[in-house]
Amino acid sequence: MNGVHDMGGMDGFGKVEPEPNEPMFHTEWEARVLAMVRAMGAAGAFNIDTSRFYREMLPPHVYLASSYYKKWFLGLEDMLVDKGFIAAEEVAAGHAVQPPKPLKHGKFALVDVERVMVRGKFGRPAPAAPKFKAGDRVRAKNIHPATHTRLPRYVRGHVGVVERDHGCHVFPDTAAMEAGENPQWLYTVVFEGAELWGPDADPTVKISIDAFEPYLEAV
Amino acid sequence: MSEHDHDHHDHDHSELSETELRVRALESILTEKGYVDPAALDAIIQAYETRIGPHNGAQVVAKAWTDAAFRQALLDDASAAVSTLGHVSRVGDHLVAVENTPQRHNMVVCTLCSCYPWEMLGLPPVWYKAAPYRSRAVKDPRGVLADFGVSLPKETEIRVWDSTAETRFLVLPMRPEGTEGWSEQQLAELVTRDSMIGTGFPKTPGAPS
Repeated sequence: MNGVHDMGGMDGFGKVEPEPNEPMFHTEWEARVLAMVRAMGAAGAFNIDTSRFYREMLPPHVYLASSYYKKWFLGLEDMLVDKGFIAAEEVAAGHAVQPPKPLKHGKFALVDVERVMVRGKFGRPAPAAPKFKAGDRVRAKNIHPATHTRLPRYVRGHVGVVERDHGCHVFPDTAAMEAGENPQWLYTVVFEGAELWGPDADPTVKISIDAFEPYLEAV
Repeated sequence: MSEHDHDHHDHDHSELSETELRVRALESILTEKGYVDPAALDAIIQAYETRIGPHNGAQVVAKAWTDAAFRQALLDDASAAVSTLGHVSRVGDHLVAVENTPQRHNMVVCTLCSCYPWEMLGLPPVWYKAAPYRSRAVKDPRGVLADFGVSLPKETEIRVWDSTAETRFLVLPMRPEGTEGWSEQQLAELVTRDSMIGTGFPKTPGAPS
């Protein structure tokens, strides 16, 4: 979706302001939100792509005005209601009112903690041969899906060069919609600064994205 | 301070309290429904607070600086290379190490959300997840580096890696001069988090930390 989360190349957000000696969490609730998202994801309530899509679906003014973990919280609450794990009336009451919905992997317990301390595996066996190889010139398709995609707007329609082949991975565009892993080849594609930002771009800058094969067409 | 500023602060304060209440309520609901054990949530937080952090990445960088075979293995397949180091926390698949050279500087961003090699660097700082960095890193990386007080020679190529998939990028910074004969442990202390994101350099020997 063409949301405000797709920020690459936007102007007007001001300077980057690093915080010296930044704590891991700024409030206790931030840590609880992180833990709940990790736990409910590991229990099978949702996948990582769906959780990203729910943050992207927050209204633009809410997305831009909310802190990082506030976005995580709002996305989590919306997602759990939509998927039927909690009810709006329970959110309003602050307590469970209805019976639970079974979780794919069962209750998240102490024995499951180690599972969330290593990132998930997204590589999958290849269903077909790759269409592209390192060195190929490719164009990022001019597509504007209304749902989740990992093709940022700033590269669409632009030509780059395939630099690396990462093998086949879960395709976020379908996984986010719970429409299957639909594995796709994944490539690092490099763009010249001027190709993306025009003739005034810094000539020393190159930008790469990791692009799934359906995002690309041969040039 | 203007009246408007007062209003703003009051608003921030009440919003924080409201969020805290809502977060607690959600945890109560999830616990009562039997979805999560709150002790397991505590354990997740403790694991994040104690086991991950830039010290993991710093050990990897220091080893690459002192062991040419490891450096090559890291550049070939960082997940596999890092997995051979028993003392570093477990690393996921698809970690990619990218090497800075006198000709090329690498910088990592996630314009769409907050993808970051947290097994190597810990949880990302707020600036990495915020709009100024995510919007400008791909269009004006030299301007972003200036915000960090970092300046590169004007002919140095800058390569920005936008983490748009489940690949995760770790910058292998250049070893500081004046560190000949240093041990891995001494070198690891020079490696900063930002030098592994590409928004900073390692510390210089002898400079105040």
